Amino acid sequence: MVENALRVTTDTARCIGAGMCVLTAPEVFDQSEDDGTVVLLDESPPPGSHADVRRAERLCPSGAISVREDPGTA
Amino acid sequence: MTESHAEAIAFPFGRPDPFTPPERLAALREERPVARMAYPDGRVGWLVTSYSAVRSILADPRFSSRRELLNVPVPFPLMQEMRRPADPGMFIRMDPPDHTRYRRLLTAQFTVRRMKQLEPRIHEITEERLDAMEKAGPPQDLVREFALPIPSLVICELLGVPYSDREEFQQATAVLLNLESAVEDIRAAVARVAAFFARLVELKRAEPADDLLSGLVTGGELTDEELGNIGFLLLAAGHETTANMLGLGTFALLQHPEQLAALRADPSLADNAVEELLRYLSIIHIGPIRAALEDVEVDGELIRAGEVVTLSVQAANRDPSRFTDPDRLDITGPASGHLTFGHGLHQCLGQQLARVEMRTAFPMLFDRFPDLRLAVPAQEVRMRDTMSIYGVRELPVRW
Repeated sequence: MVENALRVTTDTARCIGAGMCVLTAPEVFDQSEDDGTVVLLDESPPPGSHADVRRAERLCPSGAISVREDPGTA
Repeated sequence: MTESHAEAIAFPFGRPDPFTPPERLAALREERPVARMAYPDGRVGWLVTSYSAVRSILADPRFSSRRELLNVPVPFPLMQEMRRPADPGMFIRMDPPDHTRYRRLLTAQFTVRRMKQLEPRIHEITEERLDAMEKAGPPQDLVREFALPIPSLVICELLGVPYSDREEFQQATAVLLNLESAVEDIRAAVARVAAFFARLVELKRAEPADDLLSGLVTGGELTDEELGNIGFLLLAAGHETTANMLGLGTFALLQHPEQLAALRADPSLADNAVEELLRYLSIIHIGPIRAALEDVEVDGELIRAGEVVTLSVQAANRDPSRFTDPDRLDITGPASGHLTFGHGLHQCLGQQLARVEMRTAFPMLFDRFPDLRLAVPAQEVRMRDTMSIYGVRELPVRW
């Protein structure tokens, strides 16, 4: 089974800087030095990190992370 | 009175054992996860006990954190003070945009990266406390010698509080967090801590250093009153919470020797052990508390605008529909997603600091004293049953 590519988007206006995404998927998310809000490092992360990215989306306390499948680019 | 008033329950207290939440909470979670509850002032609101409902309310902007809208489900001596808006800077009792403005000034100071940078200093502080314990010899009270001073020293360091002033601060916050304190003692402690922070802000303005409070002072966006209140809030929030996790967490590990043995055998379990202890112990025992800004339906119950909801994190973290075998402490199981740090806009600002402190302190304690054990029978360990933050009052240990 081929896994679909993921497309990640983040919303810094909603972000509260809790850091859960960095803790969960540090290769995909970082925090700004200026205000602690989310910095997206990889908007189409490799399959090996998909489980962590989805967990980060679920754990985000402010709903600032959206992950959707990108069926065309598998 | 209406039927719903007649059915209203009181806030459940009383545990069958130190690690089991009041049994009534489990029954409510099963039968009435959103239940009518009478508050001590006679008003009727709600108690929420299921994971899904607690989490959804915490994320819902229709529920407010504004202090003047809230109520407290247990007798609370400072109720009159609660009925006016939060003081400037006390952003945990505010909604956006006020909350957002203050929190944004602080989030950069609490990033995962910055907290990891503090790890060597936390290691040193822990080492010093362990040296002092070893030198004094057993038995010792682990709360006094280890659990309280470590987070206190760490947050003082972060804020830039002089070491010589911390004893005064610890005494004052202990009065504030004890539900048995007399009203006049609480007022006096509030005044002492406020004066303490006013002096500290003055000091940082005169001699800015490389610490959080100096950064906020020189940033120039906050008044002295706001700075003092933020300092008060951070020191109180960062001190008693982690202290109780360290004390109660050690007690839990000593009472679950197979879990402690697993942690010792595989130090890479430390991160997960911390998450599981946070879930299992859920030390915030009263609240969080929110007020509905409009009519909202939750799990088939209509919460009316203005009504106050108390969210039971300890019941939510033991919800079998979210966690497998939730009443068992299992440091190897999946514990993430617990609500001990809250959820939504107000989720704990200092949670990454708390994680680093616990991940450092627990393994160092059990490395230093491999045969650490209770110095009294377990049933004689006095619990903080009446406090808003649960834990052990003292934990006598030998090694």
